[in-house]
Amino acid sequence: MGIKNMKDADFRDNETLDLFKQSGGNILMTTLDAVMDWGRSNSLWPLTFATSCCGIEMMATGASRHDFSRFGIEVYRASPRQADVIVVAGTIVNKMAPVLKRLYDQMSDPKYVIAMGACAVSGGPFFYNSYHVVRGVDHVIPVDVYIPGCPPRPESLLYGVMQLQRKIKLETMAHPKKTVELK
Amino acid sequence: MKEVINLPVKNVEEEEYHINMGPQHPSTHGVLRLVVSLQGEIVKSLKPHCGYIHRGIEKMCEKDTYPQIIHLTDRMDYLSAHINNHAVCLLVEKALEVEVPERVKYIRTIIDELNRIASHQLWWCSFGMDMGGLTCYFYGLRDREKILDIFEESFGSRLLHSYYTPGGLMMDIHPDFQKNVKAFIKYFRKKIRDYDDLLTGNMIMQMRTKGVGLLSKEDAISYGVTGPSGRASGFSCDVRKHHPYGVYDKVDFREILGTKGDTFERYMMRMNEMHESMRIIEQLIDNIPAGDYSAKMKAVLKLPAGEYYQRVEASRGELGVYCISDGNKTPYRMKFRSPNFSNLSALDHISRGVKIADLVAIGGSLDYVIPDIDR
Amino acid sequence: MKERILGLVPDAEYQENKQFLTFVIPPAKMHDLSLRLKSEPDMAFDYLFCLSGVDMVKFLEVVYHLESTTHKHQLVLKVRTDDRINGAVDTVCDIWRTAELHEREVYDLMGIRFNNHPDLRRFFLEEGWIGHPLRKDYVDEVNIVEL
Repeated sequence: MGIKNMKDADFRDNETLDLFKQSGGNILMTTLDAVMDWGRSNSLWPLTFATSCCGIEMMATGASRHDFSRFGIEVYRASPRQADVIVVAGTIVNKMAPVLKRLYDQMSDPKYVIAMGACAVSGGPFFYNSYHVVRGVDHVIPVDVYIPGCPPRPESLLYGVMQLQRKIKLETMAHPKKTVELK
Repeated sequence: MKEVINLPVKNVEEEEYHINMGPQHPSTHGVLRLVVSLQGEIVKSLKPHCGYIHRGIEKMCEKDTYPQIIHLTDRMDYLSAHINNHAVCLLVEKALEVEVPERVKYIRTIIDELNRIASHQLWWCSFGMDMGGLTCYFYGLRDREKILDIFEESFGSRLLHSYYTPGGLMMDIHPDFQKNVKAFIKYFRKKIRDYDDLLTGNMIMQMRTKGVGLLSKEDAISYGVTGPSGRASGFSCDVRKHHPYGVYDKVDFREILGTKGDTFERYMMRMNEMHESMRIIEQLIDNIPAGDYSAKMKAVLKLPAGEYYQRVEASRGELGVYCISDGNKTPYRMKFRSPNFSNLSALDHISRGVKIADLVAIGGSLDYVIPDIDR
Repeated sequence: MKERILGLVPDAEYQENKQFLTFVIPPAKMHDLSLRLKSEPDMAFDYLFCLSGVDMVKFLEVVYHLESTTHKHQLVLKVRTDDRINGAVDTVCDIWRTAELHEREVYDLMGIRFNNHPDLRRFFLEEGWIGHPLRKDYVDEVNIVEL
């Protein structure tokens, strides 16, 4: 029983995803939807973006022991125009926040965000008494999946990626994902 | 038939222009922004802009008690996390004049050296990757996972442990620790020959790094470049030799100095350091004395009023902790002298006159970790 | 060594410290003393290993930790300024090159200016940041969440 053989019932976020399911359209649309979502979810190419310690665990996830290339994350793209997902690994500070927003805006649709690590989720160990840390990357860009941990184990990152894949499979062309504009 | 038109060839003047190696770039050293002023392909000068990961750790330390500060020091230079913890623990123990058991000193030294090997493995894999050899990434991280397994068995986490506390260790090591470390050393001695085959003897790597990025000994001392980068220029700065702590005065290891101070020598310094670290561990691993894993400490630690300074040898240079205490349970001012800060200040001087492709190799050989600069 | 320093700068004040020899130097004499300390062969303090700014509430202080690589002795010098708004100290970055970035950091976080510094601007925080965070009287309602 490896991580790839996890059944739907083993995941723990099923209620939220059930809410996302739209009531379906006709047979043609659902088959097309299924093909497109299968394609999108199984070839997510991330942007190279790692600010601090979680970046090392992300590199370790890409290495040979926990290989995330078997999940479709084949290569890292250096340019945001060619990337599908941005895995924010590490603390975001006030000086870096506009840069992150610009990178997110430069990515082309459909784009997804994974917030990896306690610092990206909510400020982490730097929540109290720091004058320069943004408490959570969702103050800057809209986030799809949150992965807690300081740093999260590589298996946690893989679980988070699998959750994102399940979320993508629920999208349909009838109700495309709208990118929320945050000020 | 078309006429051949002779176009006048203009003499294109080369002007200086600035490019921005922005905070997000693929060589995974962290978030550093370099504004490089180029003429053609030659670097004329460069200005580093830091602060993209400045978390205000020094200000946070003024509100935290000493055991809580250990958790923050972990996250500064996360690749030598134990060594950062060691510095703060030694400072507190010296100020309170507490004698830690011998067992604790031996274990701390062994774990520091394992951490140094792990940090250099990660350096090697990113150095090779920056120069284009992606195989190094997989080899380095595969072997690093073996050390992380040993850490996980004993302390529970792979990267940031906070295992040392003032007075000793948080808990005792796992009974299989010695066996696993000995097995790792045997395994790694074979594998490090692969590293030499892959990268050290590689013609392309040698041509790209020999004679590039020279740093003389006087400049290294003046810029405060310590660690393997400083030793490559001939600056004898190993804190383990000059101001020994732990059990470094009881083991036999060499401090190897270079002569030219170019990128290839900085590379060889770190490879040699991995060998020396394995020698240190081999001398200590069978002789860990039995005993307590921690001295008796009070619940609330209050350092007597005064100033204290502690130096340790982190993987990248000399880490200093300067603490001013006024008798309370939190310090009045805590300053970390970070090795990467001084190493970065020499980058401008080293990279005058090199091509821009060599800048990546020089940055890799200086091996900076940006959260340590920005704290 | 203590007598040497007191001989060079008679109004230096000696401070008790278990670890290093510590002196408080008046700001005007600091640059000349540093030049002498580096160039004289029997002192030869060529390695500045730590430069920090401290906010003692009555005054602001810059602390220099020096070492000699040939003779292996260490020294700590402190320079004080009372002026919290425009306090200024002479720079030593022409003597020890490492001081350039360290002094920028002290200016950024503490607000102490350095005369004759080639490029004194903020290092970590943005250009338009108001205030100097490491001071004891720094209050920031928006950013800091107090425990």
